[in-house]
Amino acid sequence: MTFLTKQEILLAHRRFTELLEGDERNHPNPRVPMDVILTLTELKSNPFKKRICQVFSTSENRDGSLTFEDFLDLLSAFSDSATLEIKSHYAFRIFDFDDDGTLDYGDLEKLVNCLTGETADTRLSSEEMRQLISNILDESDIDKDGTVNLSEFQHVISRSPDFVSSFALFLFYPVFSVPNDAILHCFI
Amino acid sequence: SYQSLLYRRKSSSIKSRGSSKGRLSISGRLNTERRKSQMEQRRMEERKNLISCRQWKAGARRYMKRLTDDAHTFLSSMKLWRSDIHQIEGMFGTGILSYFSFLRFLVALNLIIFLVMFCFVMLPMIIDPHPIRNVTYNEHQGILINYHEHILDLLSGEGILERTYLLYGFYKSDEIRFPMFTYKLPLAYLLTTLGYLLLSLLWIVKRSAEGFKRHLIKDEDRFQSFCNKIFAGWDFCITSESAAKQKRNSLLYELKTDLEDERIKQKMADRTRKDKCRIYFLRVILNMFVIGVLAVCFFCIYAATTFSQKAENRNKKVNFIVDLIHEYLPSIVITLANFITPLLFSVIINFEDYSPAFEIRFTLMRCVFMRLTSIAVLLFSLWSQLKQCGTDPCSNQKLCNCWETRVGQEMYKLTIFDFIIILSVTLFVEFPRKMLVHFCKCPLAKMWGLQEFSIPQNVLEIVYGQTICWIGTFYCPMLPAICTIKYFCIFYIKKLSLIKNCRPATRPFRASSSHFFFLGVLLIGLILACLPISISLPSQACGPFSNYNTSWEALPAAVEALPQNAKNFINLLGSETFAVSFFVVTCLAMFYVIALAGAHKKVINQLREKLVMVCRLDSLQSEGWPVKNPCTEIFPGFCVTGGPGQTLPDPEAVSGPECPSGQIHTAAPQSQQAEPQLPHQLLQQLQ
Repeated sequence: MTFLTKQEILLAHRRFTELLEGDERNHPNPRVPMDVILTLTELKSNPFKKRICQVFSTSENRDGSLTFEDFLDLLSAFSDSATLEIKSHYAFRIFDFDDDGTLDYGDLEKLVNCLTGETADTRLSSEEMRQLISNILDESDIDKDGTVNLSEFQHVISRSPDFVSSFALFLFYPVFSVPNDAILHCFI
Repeated sequence: SYQSLLYRRKSSSIKSRGSSKGRLSISGRLNTERRKSQMEQRRMEERKNLISCRQWKAGARRYMKRLTDDAHTFLSSMKLWRSDIHQIEGMFGTGILSYFSFLRFLVALNLIIFLVMFCFVMLPMIIDPHPIRNVTYNEHQGILINYHEHILDLLSGEGILERTYLLYGFYKSDEIRFPMFTYKLPLAYLLTTLGYLLLSLLWIVKRSAEGFKRHLIKDEDRFQSFCNKIFAGWDFCITSESAAKQKRNSLLYELKTDLEDERIKQKMADRTRKDKCRIYFLRVILNMFVIGVLAVCFFCIYAATTFSQKAENRNKKVNFIVDLIHEYLPSIVITLANFITPLLFSVIINFEDYSPAFEIRFTLMRCVFMRLTSIAVLLFSLWSQLKQCGTDPCSNQKLCNCWETRVGQEMYKLTIFDFIIILSVTLFVEFPRKMLVHFCKCPLAKMWGLQEFSIPQNVLEIVYGQTICWIGTFYCPMLPAICTIKYFCIFYIKKLSLIKNCRPATRPFRASSSHFFFLGVLLIGLILACLPISISLPSQACGPFSNYNTSWEALPAAVEALPQNAKNFINLLGSETFAVSFFVVTCLAMFYVIALAGAHKKVINQLREKLVMVCRLDSLQSEGWPVKNPCTEIFPGFCVTGGPGQTLPDPEAVSGPECPSGQIHTAAPQSQQAEPQLPHQLLQQLQ
């Protein structure tokens, strides 16, 4: 089950098939590799693009490749009508860079670096990073074990007014491809 | 989010989806076999339970929701300048967006005020079946009106403009007799003035209430500001590389500022006694210097106003330019003072050693004080001239005869001059600066750089203009229309200047906290505007209140003319018994609301503690201790677990927060009939 409407699913299918090579389109359940997914405009500038692909991927070797069903799951989790619980669950998995079920110092450090930029002059100094992460843990670590687990994360997210609106992703209608019957309508 | 507004999806049916009741979670691959069978079981029960009445109710609810959402979308698409503002938001962010939406709000407000004045004050006079146009005291008839005089009159509000609907002196104090009824113009004038002040107050309070609620919640969670920025900081809708880069820069800047604020707070806490004494002494000296500067400015404004009034009284036309300067002298002095003092304040604040956030606020407070007090000083100097009327034989004849018209003219001149200054600064300062920076190769120009759009100063400018409009509307009823046109033009001027001349601010502006601040400053301006009206003594020679001793006398006179029952009722409303009982009832309501807020806070704290306990018990359980079921122990009857053999929850029951678990794979989103509820939703049900 999904949070997408029929129109959104059709649009997703169109965009997905655009990513496939010619012969793959006849495959019953094609799987698109990660670097092709990352060429989508909606994901290109996202600092978490790789993590998103890895989280939603169902492949055995966890290489970040997506089937169409995975792609729909991705869009559904990021859609407007997904619940806060779904979004916070997936946000937690995306931010958990080492996939160990908790956000520890290393995860938070990688998260902050993703947000501020990868180049040396856009990173925080190690002293600032230490101060920032200790502040984050002060605010969110309820049981004081030095890591943020899922329920603590969800508690923090529920108090955040911006989360639902910022954790959303929409597919664009391709600007220049008009369906054929629409062209016909113009001339009638 | 920036880009999502630019690329709005065409399908608008997204928002029309109802609540997710009945919707199951995504991705069946996360469900174990157990959950799949639970789902089917639940689905069958759902089918049995949904009798037609409930179906109809649900359908009706969905329809109403869709209707309201469509209405909202339609109304928001009708808003003025929607596409322009989206474009600005996409390019420059939410800080500058707040300035332009504030401008749009003022255009709407001024338009409504003008419509109110027009309908109740000007329209009756226009459609008066028996107009008697008395010649006003001002004699310009028979004098050759040449071209320069016209322009001078237009710019200063004198001459021919005094005999139009523009100024107070034109309105007569008699009743207007229509075939069906008589229309008391003085009463209408007074009530319209009160009406537009009240309307402005209500609209501003409504606007600030939305920001205030969010501000309060944010204040409560000030301890959570870092988490918000890190976990909810990235807008996943951003698709362009430049917007992503800008977002990264602004996030980096915000984080660095916050960390620095914390470090400075720590440093301030570590100050020794000697340091503190030195700093306080320095602050006292600098504040006295600031007060001295302000006093000098106010004295200059007073002198300029007095000189200008005397020069006009002489009525000698020397020269077009000199006359214009005499007319506009108060405006020129006020504008110069308002230009120099912010620069001075921003230099002084560097020596006073406050925290960065407080520095910005304190400088703004000083600038606000400067701007609003300069208007007050202008009014005071006019009033001091008025006091000399009875006694001094050499006093200003024009002023004494119809001082309201003079005040109206001063306000009119201030508005016009303000507009001219904004236009000329954009044309003659910002454009050349841009040309210089682009085409000149010298390093000085590069260092100076392009203009930065300083939001606080720009907002103060328009708040100042709006205060003048409110004060002046009583004396110059067409001023709101002039201000509407002025702000309309300013929007396009500023937008053009922003896009062509300005670079994005190096210090990203926090829109949310300052939105409330700007509306607060606007409220102070409104309160200042109420003062001249409340202490007015109308002149006897002109205007709607020439028959009364004070303008408020129009009210009792109107009450006298009412039938006896209405008179008794109004007397009751004005009596002490009513006032006291109303006050007592308001106090009771306030106590109730305060008690409710306190109870909310207490429950939230309790829930938080319980959550901590659940986490601890759960971690103990995962370590192997014999803890049965942490969730149901702490939140009895609330929890939903997926244990085998567990009875399915009653669909009407409250479901508590999701049971925390250390392992990520078992903490999959539960598929339940009622969604897992957040603490504040729990709270509502507990009420």
